[in-house]
Amino acid sequence: MPPDPSLLKPQQWVSAHADYLYAFARVRIADEEQARDLVQETFLAALQRVDKFEGKSSERTWLTAILKNKIIDVYRKKSAVFVSSEITDAANDQNFFDETEGGHWTAEHYPRPFRTDDTNPLESKEFNQILKACMQKLPPLWLSVFTMKHIDDESSETICAELKVSSSNFWVIIHRAKLNLRACLQKNWI
Amino acid sequence: MNELKKIQYNCKKATLLIEKKSFTKITFREEIELRIHLLGCSVCVLYKKQSKLINDRILQLYNGGGNSEKEYHLPDTYKKQMQSKIDQELNK
Repeated sequence: MPPDPSLLKPQQWVSAHADYLYAFARVRIADEEQARDLVQETFLAALQRVDKFEGKSSERTWLTAILKNKIIDVYRKKSAVFVSSEITDAANDQNFFDETEGGHWTAEHYPRPFRTDDTNPLESKEFNQILKACMQKLPPLWLSVFTMKHIDDESSETICAELKVSSSNFWVIIHRAKLNLRACLQKNWI
Repeated sequence: MNELKKIQYNCKKATLLIEKKSFTKITFREEIELRIHLLGCSVCVLYKKQSKLINDRILQLYNGGGNSEKEYHLPDTYKKQMQSKIDQELNK
C-alpha cells in the first residue's frame, strides 16, 4: 500500500514539533547541544522513513519514538565507558551502610527529615531545581537506568538489555542512585 | 546473629527492598522481612517516605503536563537551520 503523504507534513515539523521534541530530549539529556542535535537527527531520520509511516499513531508520537531510540543510543554510548569501574568505584566512594555492623546506616548518612513544605509552591519549585541538579550528579550509567525506569517507565528487562546491565546490577543501580539522590537532597535542601 | 536480628539491623537490605517494591512485586518472605524491619527502624521509615516523595516529584517534574516545554525552547535561528535542512532533503 502506498503511504498517504497527507498524513505527514515535514514542511511543518519544525514549527509544530521542534520545541516539544527538544523539551523531551532535554529532560533526558542534560547537554543542550546534544539535545538539539538529536532533534535535528530525528527529523532527518524521519524523512528517510516517511514511507514506513503507517498512520497508526500521530505524527508527534511517531517522531517521539524515533527520538527515544536516539536517546537510548546516547545512553548506551555514555554508559559503555563506565560499566566496569563505575559500580565499585561509587560504592567505595559513599559508605551509606556499615557492613561490619550487619548493614546499619552509618552515622554520617543517617536520613534526616527534609525541610519540605508541599503546600508552598515556591518551596516546591526550589526543591525541584535541587532535585534536578542532584540527578545530574549521578554517574551516566546510573542516570540512564534511573531515567529510563522512573521517567519512561521502561521494563527492567528492556533497560538491562539496552544498557547491557545484569538484573542484579540493575537493582543495585536503582538503589544506589536513590541513596545518592536522597543524600544530595538532604545536603542541599536545608 | 540469628535470622531475625539480621533483618532488624539490615538497613541496606531494607532500603533495597523499598526501592524494589516501588517497581515490582517482592517475594512473600521479603515482604515479611521488610515489615519487621520497618516496625523497629524509624530511620528507614523516614527513608521510605522520602524515597516516595522523590519518585513523585520526578514524575511531576518530567511528565507534568508539558511543563518542560515551557522551560526549554529552541532558538529561532536554530529552527530556521533545521527547516532549511529538511527543505533541502525534500527537494532532492
